[in-house]
Amino acid sequence: MSTNIDAVAKPQRPWMKTPRELLPSILIFIATIAISQAIIMATPLKGKLGYAVVFVTLVTIFEYIYTRRTQGSKAATDVIASSIMFSAAFIVFLPVLSILTTTIIKGVPGLHWSLFTESMFNASYQSPVEEGGLLHAIIGTLFLIFFSLLISVPLGILTALYLTEIRGPGSAFIQFMVQAMSGVPSVIAGLFIYASVILLTPLDVSAFVGSLALTILMLPTVTRTSTEVLKLIPNDLREAGLAMGATQWRTVAMIVVPAARSGLLTATILGVARIAGETAPLIFTLGVVDGSNLNPFSGASSSLPIYIWRGFGLATDEAVQRSWTGILVLLTIILSLFTIARAIGARAKG
Amino acid sequence: MSQTLESREVPQPREIHNKPRFSDKVFRGTVTGVSLLSVALLTLIGSFLLIKGYAAFKSEGIGFITGFTWDAYTDEAGNRFTNLGIGAMLFGTLLIALVAVVIGVPLSVLTALYLSFYAPPKLKKLLITVVDLMASFPSILYGMWGYFVLMPMAIYWAKLINKALGWIPVFEVQQNLFTRSPWVAGVVLAVMIIPIVTSVSREIFAQTPLDRIQAAYALGSNKWLMIKTVVLPFGANGVVGGAMLGLGRAFGETVAVFTVLNMVYTINWHVLFGAGGNVASHIILRWGEASDIETSALLAAGFILFLLTLLVNMLADFIVKSTVKKGN
Repeated sequence: MSTNIDAVAKPQRPWMKTPRELLPSILIFIATIAISQAIIMATPLKGKLGYAVVFVTLVTIFEYIYTRRTQGSKAATDVIASSIMFSAAFIVFLPVLSILTTTIIKGVPGLHWSLFTESMFNASYQSPVEEGGLLHAIIGTLFLIFFSLLISVPLGILTALYLTEIRGPGSAFIQFMVQAMSGVPSVIAGLFIYASVILLTPLDVSAFVGSLALTILMLPTVTRTSTEVLKLIPNDLREAGLAMGATQWRTVAMIVVPAARSGLLTATILGVARIAGETAPLIFTLGVVDGSNLNPFSGASSSLPIYIWRGFGLATDEAVQRSWTGILVLLTIILSLFTIARAIGARAKG
Repeated sequence: MSQTLESREVPQPREIHNKPRFSDKVFRGTVTGVSLLSVALLTLIGSFLLIKGYAAFKSEGIGFITGFTWDAYTDEAGNRFTNLGIGAMLFGTLLIALVAVVIGVPLSVLTALYLSFYAPPKLKKLLITVVDLMASFPSILYGMWGYFVLMPMAIYWAKLINKALGWIPVFEVQQNLFTRSPWVAGVVLAVMIIPIVTSVSREIFAQTPLDRIQAAYALGSNKWLMIKTVVLPFGANGVVGGAMLGLGRAFGETVAVFTVLNMVYTINWHVLFGAGGNVASHIILRWGEASDIETSALLAAGFILFLLTLLVNMLADFIVKSTVKKGN
């Protein structure tokens, strides 16, 4: 008998439960399904919520009793703790599931091709859903994103460079301020741009002014993410640049920033995702219009969130249907950005 | 081609100094200047809102903060009357944010504990993505989902609470109106603050010194005992900071609150009763039809909201930072 030398020892997992140890838990689980059903039928407790509450409570209690008998009270407390934490995580998971399914179910019936080729210029929110479209809102959103990007990406990355490359005496303070700025409510950003730009300069509501308000919200996101990315660049690279006789400027421009390229792109995309769905600041700065406005510097403009907001406000069936479809489009954009950012981030790390 | 030794010029040794080159000076100057922008912007936001809202502060005095009526009208003789006090909405802001924190923070902290110590790697990855996803949903989406999906459930819960605890004045509902109450708005906001509180708590739990965790295990603790004796005492402050960040978010939320809440200008401390408001949604409610002095008053209200959130956020950030530092 020859021994098979190719046989590699299987990795053992002594900490995992064996099927035999798992059996009682499974039995408890199955038994509880039946018992909860009985309780629901026998008592005034009703509905899915009632069932879930009864079920989770009973499973926890039974597991507690079983563990207490077999392993003592400390292990039993551990069972309760882990069960409570798992329930919390599960509850957190539910709204996301619900939001995604609701958006798809309610949004899809309103989808049609002319959404992307027509504006609301010849249609009202109350007219049948097949009339009119999102074109003006999409154009407005693109303008808003473009100008916000143009302003906040350079500023954000430069601030991040101050925090990581120069690390001047004010770094801690500036980081603190950036953090504080990220907590500024979006409605305040809109009010501020109204009080400063619209009241004091000749500029009136327009896509450009709207994007100024969004910049205030985007800047901290871009700064914080870029700072984290730049911190990950190994110091060896910087020292190598300096050792070759490069000035700090050349080191940063030719070595540090290119090395962090994909991370900085992620920061930018996350910034766009942050502002793409903002409604409140645009109420003060964007104005209201139903047609496409190709001039971003003058005249009211529209955006997807504002379109959704107005549809919801009108509250007729058609208008609300428009809102859901608008949300579906907006969410698709945001989730695509989110996925792209993740993919780039993962590639940069890997 | 040949060069004699004598003709070769001996180069002067380069002067060695550590003065930055011109390009570096420009670079450092620009970067430093830009980085001060965040400070400048915060100052500007505060001062512009204050300047433009000053007229309201001046005409209403301290009553602007403590008053709880919002009237601005012109009578037949052309005299203008204003009685503007943001107090009721400040109260509403606090109430709704409190509901959100009471529901949202325990859920978030437990989730963060589960993610940090219990979750199997794959589930952990999935849940982290889910929480990040939640942070990226626009608030109008939360508002509409809250209105159409969450509100019917929240009303059902409200009725249960009212049945069980109705004898406590806060949970009393005099007329049978459960829809669009501060409770509903608070539940929606609770969902909205989960991502930030969860990620901050997770960050803090991750800073727990490993040697202490290992010491707890070595002494025979199981996971829960380890969490109870090591992680929670270490992270308690930071979690409070995270909760405050959530509170800051809840203070400033506009669109979602406006969507689900029945906006009535009163101090309504019956959480389950369908009337109320908060400062941010009051601003957009009144904005369209506001006269001069009222616009100024809304800007002043914005100033107060700005100060409030700034204060809460700075304090929270300070607490979180000092906890994280303690771990290093």
